[in-house]
Amino acid sequence: MNVLQIMENILQTVVAGLLTGSIYGLMCVGLALIFGVMRVINFAQGDFMMLGMYAAYYLFGLLGLQAVFGSLVGTYVAIALAVPVLYGVGYAIHATLISRVSGTRTAQLDGEGHYAQLILTLGIAMILTNGAQMVFGSVMASMRTPLTTVAWDIPVGAISVFLNKSRTIAGVASVVAICLISLLINRSPLGRALRASADNPVAATYMGIDVNKAHRVAFAMGVAITALAGGLLATNYPFHPFVGVEYVIVMYAGVVLGGMGSIVGAFWGGLTIGLVQQMSTLILPTQLQNTAIFVVFLLIVFFRPQGFFGRSVDRT
Amino acid sequence: MATFAVLYAAVTFFIKDSYYQLMLTMVLVWATFGLSWNLLSGYTGLVSFGHAAFFGLGAYTTALGQMHFGLSPYVLIPIAGVIGALSGLAVGLPTFRLRGHYFALAMLAYPLALLYVFEWLGYQEVTLPMMRENPAAYMQFEDHRIYTFIALAMLLAVMLLTRWVERTRFGMALLSIKQNEAAAEAAGINTYRWKLKAITLSGAIAGMVGAFYAVVLLVVTPMSVFGMMVSSQALVVTMFGGVGTVWGAVLGSAILIPIAETLHAELGSILPGIQGVIYGAAVTAVILLAPEGLFWKIRDKLRRRSAVPTPQQASVREASEAAPAEASPLAAERSVAQRLAAENAEVILEVRGLSKNFGGLMAVEDVSFKVRKGMILGVIGPNGAGKTTAFNLLNGFLAPSNGEVLLDGKNIVGLAPHEVCALGVGRTFQIMRPFMRMSVAENVVVGAYVSADTDAQARQFADEAIAKVGLSHIADRIASELTSKELRLMELARALAGQPRLLLLDETLAGLGQSESEELILVLRRLAADDMTIVIIEHTMHVMVRLVDRFIVLNHGKVLTEGAPETIIRDRGVIEAYLGKKWSAA
Repeated sequence: MNVLQIMENILQTVVAGLLTGSIYGLMCVGLALIFGVMRVINFAQGDFMMLGMYAAYYLFGLLGLQAVFGSLVGTYVAIALAVPVLYGVGYAIHATLISRVSGTRTAQLDGEGHYAQLILTLGIAMILTNGAQMVFGSVMASMRTPLTTVAWDIPVGAISVFLNKSRTIAGVASVVAICLISLLINRSPLGRALRASADNPVAATYMGIDVNKAHRVAFAMGVAITALAGGLLATNYPFHPFVGVEYVIVMYAGVVLGGMGSIVGAFWGGLTIGLVQQMSTLILPTQLQNTAIFVVFLLIVFFRPQGFFGRSVDRT
Repeated sequence: MATFAVLYAAVTFFIKDSYYQLMLTMVLVWATFGLSWNLLSGYTGLVSFGHAAFFGLGAYTTALGQMHFGLSPYVLIPIAGVIGALSGLAVGLPTFRLRGHYFALAMLAYPLALLYVFEWLGYQEVTLPMMRENPAAYMQFEDHRIYTFIALAMLLAVMLLTRWVERTRFGMALLSIKQNEAAAEAAGINTYRWKLKAITLSGAIAGMVGAFYAVVLLVVTPMSVFGMMVSSQALVVTMFGGVGTVWGAVLGSAILIPIAETLHAELGSILPGIQGVIYGAAVTAVILLAPEGLFWKIRDKLRRRSAVPTPQQASVREASEAAPAEASPLAAERSVAQRLAAENAEVILEVRGLSKNFGGLMAVEDVSFKVRKGMILGVIGPNGAGKTTAFNLLNGFLAPSNGEVLLDGKNIVGLAPHEVCALGVGRTFQIMRPFMRMSVAENVVVGAYVSADTDAQARQFADEAIAKVGLSHIADRIASELTSKELRLMELARALAGQPRLLLLDETLAGLGQSESEELILVLRRLAADDMTIVIIEHTMHVMVRLVDRFIVLNHGKVLTEGAPETIIRDRGVIEAYLGKKWSAA
């Protein structure tokens, strides 16, 4: 392999890493929002993403979007429609289950309810994964568009890089979404309420903010955001009911790397994970790319648990 | 336990249908796996989502060992146990440095990583070779019921092991870690070492169960032994049945496995994944309604029905009430003679230039003082002066930015809290940290392990400590039922059980009313009369003045002044620190 080929490989994996990483970043932002505001470890996040993928898939089919918008635009419309659906799902699940082990009710529970949250969300994850298997079957589904298999061929000097069109659209859409979310969190009254509830629930309550409602909104938003990422991911990769489990570690690795408590940090964390995953194929066989993520995750957790932008490490 | 074994064996004997025979075996297998999970997570409270790592390694050891080396499971199962133990240790060494959710997440990664590795290695499906010549030597039996009996034997062995752990200091140490890790450390428990022991044992059992699983099912795939479902199953079965008890996993397994398997058999084709939904629903329901599991819920219900208030043993009461009477000669202020004696005794603790800064905030700045044997030193100062931080520095919970702490002339900076405790320093905390679900006796005995060679001696030290503080009449009451005063006394007893030479008491009288404080003061005076050295942080001045030999006043992290009580309470600087300039001008 000559130098040019090596450079081309590296450049290609960097580009792929950035594109995939952007989608991972969006996924992680959803999880970070939930953890940042509520301090809840949501094991079911991957499964909500999976639900988002299926929601988009079925909305596309059931609403006949292909006929109205064509299979390209129709797919993205379906994904966009899946977002409010998953917002509703997240809202409902928080109202019925999560709120019992988080928020202002958990002062009495052991360890501020973290234990209960872990177990509860694990239970929800199991129900969702297997329930999805029952309802949707384990056959792989996908949301391919005409752009899934087309790429731009961009010459860079003597070498050229392929930019898969639908992955590029997904990556760009992710970045746009994150900018919008960031604006929402930092500039809007809702965002202020969420940040206040995260910083100091007691003070926020005194200032008239309904902290439990804020948590519910944060949870629902987090789920919806991750579902959006899932939908975008589905335009390139096939999915099945167990896909959530595969991405749970990716999401947590990204959030921990970015720093638990930092929403924007989660994006950078997810981006880094995407890069690590794609670039690991340069030296490792493709089957081990996820192992590479786990190794990175473990290394971060051991050596720098606060990640890039972490706010605080737990005190004794 | 014997009844259970006999009944189960009888049932096994009579079931002829091979599907149900397999189910009976599986109930036992998952129960044993659940118990292995319980050994670590049930007792320490550190939730492991990664036990599939040990299980899977055990399974592959057997499958590959038989396939490549022709070894028999009778040899391979113990080997799998060793591998499980080693991998438990390997996992525990780095991962225990993490807390709470970081630990759970890291544990999640191990089996999934192994899954990908084994898939990549090409072991997508490993079948144990059929040994037609001598099947019994390779644990391959025509009659499936033999597998069930083997599984039953394994389960019983693990149940006995769990019982043994529960009753010895192993179990007590683990439970104390679960209740309150910081308090356990301060009481002398080397939490890191005990956690490692727990995970090693847990891993060994999980490995052996995995090995047996491979023998029974004859096929091993990465997903079936390393997958999330496997880790979750141990967790779900134990959490549903009851954590921290030997019967929990058995109960959970006996209920959930048959339901799930039957539903899967009947409806599996229409509703694939029904087992997962059942397990998920079970664990969701249990965490919301009975967070500690079915076993505890049932036991609590039965206890409440038969609860009879325990009559107080008159003789014990008299003894513990008589003790304060002995102290009446000391009811007067601490005598001048005692104070003089204290002033000339050897220095037991010397603090030199102790400083601690958090970023830009100097919490403790250049604090120096000496404590002599038999002295009672009072540390006072307004809130936020750095008193508790100073204690945390002395104890080993915080590392100082600067300075030395010399215990008997040796610098103890850098030692872990349990090591400091072992050197003879007892500690109580400002915010009480009792082990809520344990009785007074159990709470106190945890503090005795650090200096007791045997469990029996530990219990003896504990009983003595309980008697010294006057709690013998309620030694069996659960900590959550005690009053504030009794809790304070219990904490004191726990510190005393470790046979300390120096006691660091952080606001022991906080939250107590007048008469309750008096009782505690009597106890402290008696201790001091027995030559105990005490450093006490307190706010209630009138009490301190009568109790203490010397004061050291902290303000904004620095030593404001030091001296005898009479001089301190008139010192302008001290009055100013507490009440402001307006008052000191008077």
